[in-house]
Amino acid sequence: MNVTFALNGDNVEVDVPARTTLSDCLRHHLMKTGTHVACEHGVCGACTVIVDGDAVRSCLMLAVQADGSEVTTVEGLTPDQGLSALQASFHKHHALQCGFCTPGFLTTAHALLTDEPDASKERIREVLSGNLCRCTGYINIIDAVYDARSAYARPADGGTGVQS
Amino acid sequence: MTAKDGFIGKYTQRVEDFRLLTGTARFADDIHLDGMLHAVIFRSTIPHGKIKSIDTTEAKAMRGVHAVFTGEDVAKELNGKVPKMPLRLSPIPEHAPFEQTVIATDKVRYVGEPLAIVIADTTALAEDAAALIYADIEPLPVVPDWRVSARNEILLFESVGTNVPVTYTAQKGDARSVVGAYVRREKFSTQRHSAVTMETRGLVATWDEGSGRMTVFGAAKVPFSTRRTLAATLNLPVESIDMIEVDVGGGFGVRGEFYPEDFLVPFSSRRLGRPVKWVEDRLENLLGSNHSRQMECELEIVCERNGRILALRGEVRTDSGAYMRSSGAVPPRNVAQFMSGPYDIANIHIESTAYLTNKGPVGTYRGPGRFEADFFRERLIEIAASELGIDPVEFRRMNLVRSEQMPYSLATLDKPHKPEELDSGDYQITLDRCLKEFGWSEKRSLQGRLIDGKYNGIAVGCFIEGGGGGIKENARIEIEEDGQITVYVGSTSLGQGLLTILTQIAADSLEVPMERIRIRHGSTTYMKEGFGSFHSRSTALGGSAVLTTAATLKDKIREAAATRFKCAASDVQIAPGLTASFGAEILTASDLGKMKVQAEGQFSSHHHTYAYGAAAAHVTVDPGTGKVELIDYFGVEDIGRIINPLTAKGQSIGGVVQGLGGVFLEDLAYDENGQFLAGTFADYLMPTASDFPQIRAIELENSPSPHNPLGAKGCGEGGIVPVGGVVANAVAGALSSLQIQPDVLPLSPSRIWEMIRARSME
Repeated sequence: MNVTFALNGDNVEVDVPARTTLSDCLRHHLMKTGTHVACEHGVCGACTVIVDGDAVRSCLMLAVQADGSEVTTVEGLTPDQGLSALQASFHKHHALQCGFCTPGFLTTAHALLTDEPDASKERIREVLSGNLCRCTGYINIIDAVYDARSAYARPADGGTGVQS
Repeated sequence: MTAKDGFIGKYTQRVEDFRLLTGTARFADDIHLDGMLHAVIFRSTIPHGKIKSIDTTEAKAMRGVHAVFTGEDVAKELNGKVPKMPLRLSPIPEHAPFEQTVIATDKVRYVGEPLAIVIADTTALAEDAAALIYADIEPLPVVPDWRVSARNEILLFESVGTNVPVTYTAQKGDARSVVGAYVRREKFSTQRHSAVTMETRGLVATWDEGSGRMTVFGAAKVPFSTRRTLAATLNLPVESIDMIEVDVGGGFGVRGEFYPEDFLVPFSSRRLGRPVKWVEDRLENLLGSNHSRQMECELEIVCERNGRILALRGEVRTDSGAYMRSSGAVPPRNVAQFMSGPYDIANIHIESTAYLTNKGPVGTYRGPGRFEADFFRERLIEIAASELGIDPVEFRRMNLVRSEQMPYSLATLDKPHKPEELDSGDYQITLDRCLKEFGWSEKRSLQGRLIDGKYNGIAVGCFIEGGGGGIKENARIEIEEDGQITVYVGSTSLGQGLLTILTQIAADSLEVPMERIRIRHGSTTYMKEGFGSFHSRSTALGGSAVLTTAATLKDKIREAAATRFKCAASDVQIAPGLTASFGAEILTASDLGKMKVQAEGQFSSHHHTYAYGAAAAHVTVDPGTGKVELIDYFGVEDIGRIINPLTAKGQSIGGVVQGLGGVFLEDLAYDENGQFLAGTFADYLMPTASDFPQIRAIELENSPSPHNPLGAKGCGEGGIVPVGGVVANAVAGALSSLQIQPDVLPLSPSRIWEMIRARSME
C-alpha cells in the first residue's frame, strides 16, 4: 500500500504491505534505523516515535495508520551539528550505556518536555516508566531529562517553546 | 582536558555516546546487504519428545521462501553428523555428553529448541512459512525440576543414563567434622531469571563462494571463540571466517556465547550463496537465550557462641535446563567456590550439582553463582547473628578476611582442580564507609517498627566480586599518516564504555589528547587473536594490554627515530603529542605514521582480581499487600584503581537495579509440564524508572590489584552480587516481629503476603 507522511520534516512516500508496522517501515523501508525495536508488543518503549506530537509505540502502529501524519524519530531530534540540549544532557549525565533503548527515551522525553516543560522529577519518572532500560538503573536518565527542562521553557508570552 | 593532566582516574564523558544518541549507531538489525534473505527459526512447542518427522513441504512451496533446513539437511551436508556446541568456560570431560546440537535431530528437550530454519525474502514471509511446518513429535514425560531430574527415571539423554552432568566440590579444611556451640542449617532458593538485554540477539551471515569466505556480522563478547566453534562446526578453516562486531545492545554474560543460530544462519548463507539475516524476537530471547540463577541450597553454618564462624558446609542444586551450553558450567562451579564470600572461614565443604531439566539451558548472567551464593550466605549469617543475639554488623565484622591475611585462600574447587586467592583489600573500610554513608546508626531504631502501617527494616551485607579472568588479552597500536593513533584490541564492547576506558588509557600512556585515539575492537579482522569481554576483564586485562603495548610503541618510536637520526635509541626524546626528537631533529607523529611505526603487545595474568565492598538497604513492607518498597540502598565498593569514575558508577548503579529486578520481579517461570510462562515483557517484569528511585553508590580505590600494571579490578558485577542477601535481610528485619524468614526469591508481593498471612493464621 502507498503511504505518505512527513518524516522529520520531509515528505516521504513509501509502498509497503498493509501489515507492515510503522517501526519496520521506518527501519527497513525508509532506512531510518535510529528507531529500535526490542519487544514488538508495546511494553518496552524502545521504538517510540513522535506522531503528530504524541509519543507513540511504532511497533504497535501500522505504517498505513501514519498516512498524512507528521512523524519524528531520533534522527529528527538531532540538529545538523552536534547534539540537542536533551541529547547533550544524556551525554553529560551518563544516561546511556549500550544505547539501544536511548532513542525511545529521547523521543518520549522530548514529547513530555514539549508538552510539560516544568515536569517534576516525579512526573518524569512516571512518564519514563513506560520505557525499559537494562543498563543504567534509570537514575541518570531521570537526572538528564530533568536537567534538560530549561531548553523547553516556554517564552514569557505564552507561545510555543523553542526546542534546542 | 590535556594529556598533561592525565586521563586515568578523571571523570570522563564517554566517547561512544554521540552515535548512540543521534540514531547513527549500527546494531545487527541495522545491517542491510544486497540480496539479503531473512531467517526465522521454527521451534519446538513440546518440552520433551521424540521427533518422528518434520514436514516442511508446504512451507517450502510458499512463494518467497528460498529454503527450509532441518536437522536432516544439516546432517546431509556435514557427513551425517549434526555438530554440537562445546563448552567455552571451564570445560571438563563430564560435560561433553550433554552438549546441545546446533539443531534438534532425534529429540527435543525444551520449549524453544530449534527444529528448522526458514529462509525467505522477508521476515514476515518466513514467519508465515514457519507456521506451515508440521512437526510430528511424540511427547515424553517431562522433567520439570531438579528433584525429578535427580531420580533419573525420566532421562533427557537415555544413552548416558543420568540427568546429572557434574557435582563440584569446593573444599577447605575439614568442614564435615567441625563441631561448634552453634549449628544452623537452612534451605534457600533463587528463581530462574537472566540478563534479557534490550537488544535481542541478531546475526547477518554472508558467504562468498568465490573466495570461500564467511563473514558474520553481530558477533559479541567472544568473537574469536565463536569463530573457532563456527569453523569446527562448518568444517571451514578458522582463517576463512570473519566475525564482525557491530554495536551491541547489552551483554551481561548472555549475549555472544555460541547459540544454535550462530551455526544455522551462516550454514544457510553458505547453502544459498546469499546473505542471511536473523534477528531474535522477544519471545525467542526469553525462551532461548541463556537462562540463569535457578538454584536451591541447603547451607549449614557452625559458629562459636561469640559468633566466630568455624565452618560452612552444604549442598547446592542448579536447575541447568536441557543442555550444558558454552558457559553453563560456570554458575554451579562459582556458587561452590565463592560461597564464603569476603569472610575468613577455615573449614568449607560445598557440593554443587547441576541437574538437567526440560527447560531452557542456563549460562552465565552477571555475577554468575555469586549473586546466588551471596543470597544464601548473607541470609544464613543474618539468621545466625539473630539467634545468637549478636549485632549483625559486629557478626560480619569479626568474620571478615583481614587485610594482613592477603592474599587469602578461598576453598579449592575440584573440577578442574583450582586454588583461588583473594588478592588485596581492607574489607573493614568498605563496611564502615557503607554504614556511615547509609546512616546506619540513625536508621537502626527503625528496625522492625510499624510506621504508618508499614514495617521498616534495614540490613547490611558484605561481598566480593571476581574479575580479570581469562588469562590474556592482545593489543596493537598503529600511528596513522595524519598523526592519529589507532588502537586495535581483542576486547569487545557490549555497552559498558570500553572505548572510553581504553581511549583514556592509551591517551595517558602515549601523552596525546583523547581526540587523537581511535579504538578498533572486537572483530576478528583486527587481530590475530583476541579474548573478548567477560568476567569483568576488559579494563584489567584489555586495559593493561593497551598500557603494555603503548610502552612498546614508545620503544619502537625510539628505535625508528634513532635510525633516522643516526643516534642511540636511548638518546631519542619523546615529547607529549608523540613527537620524537634528538637535538634539533624532530619527527612528528605524522612522520612516524608515514614510517609505519607500530607495536603489538599482550598482557597476561593467571590471577583474578577481587573488588569488594558492602551494601545496605532500608525497606518498608506493607502487611496488607505484601508489597516491599525500597526506601534507600547504598553500595560501597573498592574496585582497585579507578579509570573512569563516571562509568564505574554507571556499572554499579546499573548492576544494583538489575539485581533488584531479580529480587522482586523477574521470573522465567515454567509450569509443571515444562511449558514456558514468561514469553513477553508483560509476563517477565523488569525494573522501570519508577520502581527503585533511591539507589546510591560510592566507588573507592584504596586497594589496587597487584596482578596488573593498572592496578585495576573488574567492577562490572559488584553492583548485582550483594542485592539479594541485603534486601532479603532488610525484609526479614522489617518482619522480625512476625518471625518471617524470606528464604525464597523473588520477594513478590504475593509471596510476602502469603508468609504474613500464614503467620497470622497460626
